[in-house]
Amino acid sequence: MTVINTIRGIGHRIINAVWRIGVAARFFFLTLLYSGNSFRRFHLIIKELFSSGVMSLIIIIVAGLFVGMVLGLQGYETLKRYGSESALGVMVALGLVRELGPVMAALLFASRAGSAMTAEIGLMKATEQISAMEMMAVNPIARIVAPRFWAGVISMPLLAALFSAVGIFGGYLVGVVQIGVDEGSFWSQMQAAVDFREDILNGVIKSLVFGTVVTLIALFEGFDAPPTAEGVSGATTRTVVTSSLAILMLDFVLTAIMFRGA
Amino acid sequence: MPLPALVEIRDLNFTYDKRPVLQGINMTFPRGKLVAIMGLSGCGKTTLLRHIGGALKPNRGHVRMDGQIMHELSQAGLYAMRRKMGMLFQFGALFTDMSVYDNVAFQMREHTDLPEDIIHSLVIMKLNAVGLRGAQNMMPSELSGGMARRVALARTVALDPMLIMYDEPFAGLDPISLSVIGDLIRRLNDALGATSIIVTHDIQESLKIVDYVYFMANGVIVAEGTPDELRASDTDFVRQFMHGEMDGPVPFHYPGADYRLDLNLRA
Repeated sequence: MTVINTIRGIGHRIINAVWRIGVAARFFFLTLLYSGNSFRRFHLIIKELFSSGVMSLIIIIVAGLFVGMVLGLQGYETLKRYGSESALGVMVALGLVRELGPVMAALLFASRAGSAMTAEIGLMKATEQISAMEMMAVNPIARIVAPRFWAGVISMPLLAALFSAVGIFGGYLVGVVQIGVDEGSFWSQMQAAVDFREDILNGVIKSLVFGTVVTLIALFEGFDAPPTAEGVSGATTRTVVTSSLAILMLDFVLTAIMFRGA
Repeated sequence: MPLPALVEIRDLNFTYDKRPVLQGINMTFPRGKLVAIMGLSGCGKTTLLRHIGGALKPNRGHVRMDGQIMHELSQAGLYAMRRKMGMLFQFGALFTDMSVYDNVAFQMREHTDLPEDIIHSLVIMKLNAVGLRGAQNMMPSELSGGMARRVALARTVALDPMLIMYDEPFAGLDPISLSVIGDLIRRLNDALGATSIIVTHDIQESLKIVDYVYFMANGVIVAEGTPDELRASDTDFVRQFMHGEMDGPVPFHYPGADYRLDLNLRA
């Protein structure tokens, strides 16, 4: 009996997981379907851009600066062994634009804006605000979810770009100002080696994908959260954990597609 | 010839997770009247309200609102019907990221193309009707429970609905707020010419304002009548409910094993 119960339990979990993926896919489809209203009333997106994008600026700038400074220090120590200190600018820029900018910005976005979105929507559900909206004949996916979704998709590449820019400045501060790498070669080699399409555009595509996935996970978890304190806290945790894992896995997939053999 | 009732419920049955919640409910809500649905917690009152609002589909029977069967409506049809309704939730359900003013203006902005100066006048009039014109710039977190309920009431009647539903409007209110809300419910119903349904277990306050009462227990109607008829009723359930008696048709003890067995005593 114990074996049968274990198998039954596993089967039940698998069915639930597949069911949830289906519900999430339907949620994504409905979000896209009801997005028209958000673009007609763009002020709704702007309001959410402020809370998810602008309010994330401080954490992105501070984290970007320190990551860039660490890259500058580590990069210098490694490149010095091969007498290539002048390539520090290239190393810092490519590392940030291709990888660390999109990935770190998405991880920070998930933990700050994503968790806030989940908690806010989960609490709206727990306090019957979403039911009230439905009873007022206002579609909550069109009114609550879609503006937040597009705000996340729009703000993510901008935050990633800012992260990379501030990170490069951090690398410059450490490499050029503190250690004394030649400023001319720092910038000129960076300019020569960083390709707009191969590096910058691919980085932007990555951050767009991350923005879509993270925002969708955050909104779905909030909308699907049981309307209790425990339910909302569990959903917030799931947002951060699932988003972080999704970002790292997708980063590998996208990197393999974009930069293989390049 | 009088107009047909605004809401008619016929043979409504609803089962949740194999448990029958509503069984063969028949109710009529005439236009312009204020009708209360009373009963113990968990007897199916709120589920019934959700059927009237079209949020749930019955297993059998139907709710007919203004000539249309609710569960047969498409989403567009349901939303069109809901524009004729207003619902006051138990704790107000005000949008916490909006001010009092914006909460009341919400439906006007969503469903009409009215210019902002007209919306302003309407919002101020609605807030004045509930006595909270002076609180228009406050946020929901700054309001007391009674004030929040009054703002929610102003929001509920923002588009002058035909049908107003109240889910436990008196829950958790102090005596003054309770009396104010009760008075407002009656006055707004009459001023708007609306039909109101109140789900509540506050007997004293609701009997003062309603025209008719349905008593529910375990998903069925156990008594109905005007407030005077119910006050004079000698039905056991009504008497127990009206006078808050501890034991009666609704037992004090939840069903369980033999008391002696639970105390580990030999029978």
